[in-house]
Amino acid sequence: MSRASFKVLGEPGLIKAEVNTHMNTVVMEDNELIPHEIQFDNPITGTVYGTMLNFKGELERLGDDVNNEPYFSPPIAPVLYIKPMNTFNCYGGSIPMPVGISKLEMGASLGIVIGKQAVYVDESTALSYVAGYTIVNDVRIPHDNLFRPAIHFQARDGFCPIGPWIIDRHVVDNPDNISIRIYINDKLQQENSTSNLVRSVSRLLADVTEFMTLNPGDLLLVGVPEDAPQAKVGDKIRIEIDGIGSLENVIVDESESKWRKPI
Amino acid sequence: MRRARVAYGGAIHEAIEWGNQLKLADGRVVKEEEIMWLTPIEPRTVFALGLNYADHAAELSFDAPSDPLVFLKGPNTLIGHQAYTRRPANVTYMHYECELAVIIGETARNVQKEDAYKYVKGYSVANDYAIRDYLENYYRPNLRVKNRDTCTPLGPWLVDVKDIADPMYLRLTTHVNSELVQEGTTADMIFDIPSIIEYLSSFMTLSENDVILTGTPKGSVNTVVGDVVVTEIEGIGRLVNTIIGDEAFTNR
Repeated sequence: MSRASFKVLGEPGLIKAEVNTHMNTVVMEDNELIPHEIQFDNPITGTVYGTMLNFKGELERLGDDVNNEPYFSPPIAPVLYIKPMNTFNCYGGSIPMPVGISKLEMGASLGIVIGKQAVYVDESTALSYVAGYTIVNDVRIPHDNLFRPAIHFQARDGFCPIGPWIIDRHVVDNPDNISIRIYINDKLQQENSTSNLVRSVSRLLADVTEFMTLNPGDLLLVGVPEDAPQAKVGDKIRIEIDGIGSLENVIVDESESKWRKPI
Repeated sequence: MRRARVAYGGAIHEAIEWGNQLKLADGRVVKEEEIMWLTPIEPRTVFALGLNYADHAAELSFDAPSDPLVFLKGPNTLIGHQAYTRRPANVTYMHYECELAVIIGETARNVQKEDAYKYVKGYSVANDYAIRDYLENYYRPNLRVKNRDTCTPLGPWLVDVKDIADPMYLRLTTHVNSELVQEGTTADMIFDIPSIIEYLSSFMTLSENDVILTGTPKGSVNTVVGDVVVTEIEGIGRLVNTIIGDEAFTNR
């Protein structure tokens, strides 16, 4: 049993409860509720920052390209981007497949939820600024060129499912050694671990807050492992992170998605 | 009408321009020296355009882009009028960028150019500082250059869309310590306001209080600690900012 916070659709604020991260259930009084009995909403209200090239395997994939045009040198600072509010999506929400696109990359990321204002924090105390951890599917249209900001590929409506909950930081022994798996239609498609991060959770928090303040409720993604699996319309996606839980979504044609309508 | 958000008497107020003073929503009329200027709206998503003036693109040795070059900013970087921007001790090239800010008024998706202004609430002035020492070629311009704390002054006013007859024909200037260092016109944008709204809303939903910083003309000059930087757009406002050094930040 783990202490968690979550948001229910239509209810203000976060609810605290015990959850079973293995079964993906919420324990409330004597009831054990499965996700379909709870309409989870996105628990994040702040700004969501993604991190690129923070898995060693991702950098290895780029190989010597980092020294060639257009990059000319390996990255020095964390490579960051913003997932804006129109991308926010929740547990069970449908991910719209844009018109003219047939495959989307499923980016499994551990999300660090900020608990107190973090300005220029030291690596040794960085974890004390963390409220907890959640699961993010950092969806993108496949693209290889990282030279220019990729809003067009990353910032589509519904491209950032988050949830189902935030697991309290104290429950997580070591955020830098957690297994992450993606299942598409119940078939395992990817497995990796945060032990392969270029910058650990603490190091990333220190390097990011050196130049930008993270506020309570903000979410920093540790990054997406190399070889993100691709999925198509109709696919059911499940991202499992050990000790955190699992996040499920389906991909639908954009024309059938309510994300086209005003939110 | 020109509207502002200000802090006064321990609370945040909406205010309007009232002669050379401000009138708070509760009716009190206050002097400018008595208030703290906040950003005129609380921005939702903040977009910024790079290389959107041909002369500035040439200045940076880039060809004008075929699609708008758009990047995003977080709330940490925004500050109001008459505030302070940090220049880190060890940098060599930090420059201002005077930009027309467009504030979205309504949910917008798949908007055509000819309808674009119906979705605009108003305009403001932004100063989109960049510290070029931190440029890297991954998602360039990267957040370490463009999303630093205090590096995006916005204000002082939100000017109603109906008060500006032609936002595509406004003079922009920047003065550093009263010396004119940047001058241009919004007429020289490569992608004009309707084109940008059409482009962004073609693949994502825009919402009320999203802000689009529309890029800057040429005239980038290094600024140093103590400089008073005034970015001004005809009819929209005059945004004042002062550069401060690391001495002020006792944990640096």
